[in-house]
Amino acid sequence: MLNVVIPIAFFMISAALLLNLWRLLIGPSLPDRILALDTMYINAIALLVLYGIYQQGEFYFEAALLIAVMGFVGTVVLSKYLLRGDIIE
Amino acid sequence: MMRRLFPRPELSGILWGLWLLLVNSVSFGQILLGAFWAWLIPFYTHSFWPGVMSLRKPWLGLKFLGVVMVDILIANAIVARLVLSNSERLQPAFMLMPLDVKEDFTITLLASTISLTPGTVSADLTADRRHLLIHSLHVDDIEQTIAQMKQRYEAPLKEMFEC
Amino acid sequence: MELFVEIVVSICLLGGAAFALVGSIGLARLPDFYMRLHGPAKASTLGVGGMVIGSTIFFSTRGNGLSLHEILVVVFLFITAPISAHIVAKAALHLQLPTVARTRRPENKS
Repeated sequence: MLNVVIPIAFFMISAALLLNLWRLLIGPSLPDRILALDTMYINAIALLVLYGIYQQGEFYFEAALLIAVMGFVGTVVLSKYLLRGDIIE
Repeated sequence: MMRRLFPRPELSGILWGLWLLLVNSVSFGQILLGAFWAWLIPFYTHSFWPGVMSLRKPWLGLKFLGVVMVDILIANAIVARLVLSNSERLQPAFMLMPLDVKEDFTITLLASTISLTPGTVSADLTADRRHLLIHSLHVDDIEQTIAQMKQRYEAPLKEMFEC
Repeated sequence: MELFVEIVVSICLLGGAAFALVGSIGLARLPDFYMRLHGPAKASTLGVGGMVIGSTIFFSTRGNGLSLHEILVVVFLFITAPISAHIVAKAALHLQLPTVARTRRPENKS
């Protein structure tokens, strides 16, 4: 059963990533692009967790955790830059 | 003496749990190492932390967590339906919610809870820290929505942390 | 693996993937920035949540003992998602991004 479900889930997440990419390209404003990037990394985490199940390997979790941390910092830094025109006040 | 060695017992407990989750094992060595971190990190960083907030009524906290979890599930079903329906018919609104809670920590928790639950995202805190600006995806009656959020999320938080 | 466990894992994975997709559809098709914010802030987070619960059940029932560390990813996301939504919304308000005309606003707020 899982060998049917996993490809379907892969397909759905990939469609989500393509939609994010489309929003990232068309904008129209900078916060829109930041939001699209933010959503992309969340979907990338979902994809990695799914890949971990597919490959039955436990270490993909660490990559997912790193993406979560780095993505959050990236979003905050970019937004902060838009808010203040500076990152470290 | 205990207070000086363990300035933040809750933080120590959370760190210990996090460490055991991170290494994904409960062997004796890891429990010992986790306990060491749980002592060391609060001991050396407690002077950086803003004022102490302690959970006064733990059982109320658990109940609140349960309510929020259920609300997140319902909220997502609602948002999913709204997103997939005709977006011309959505009635978005900005609303100002007056705050009864005063402490930074409680306001943060309230804003996060609001962002995670039904069709609302907290967007800004006014400069005098008395109102929270909330954007809602679809709302019929603004007054009623605010009253509901105050009663459902703010009242328990206030009771838990500020009394 | 037992059939029952497999069904539960499948439901978690499909549910998670569906929420992630809905969040991204919201991001792609809603008309203004503040409305787009709602999709990713909630649905995508819950999407990862569903995936991770499925993964936890999957790895815990393979006979190598309980495997809970994936939960950390979800805990972290549930703490950070509202914060990133808040700060992006704040940046958008600062830049005075346009809203759709029917958005209602409180009177005393610029």
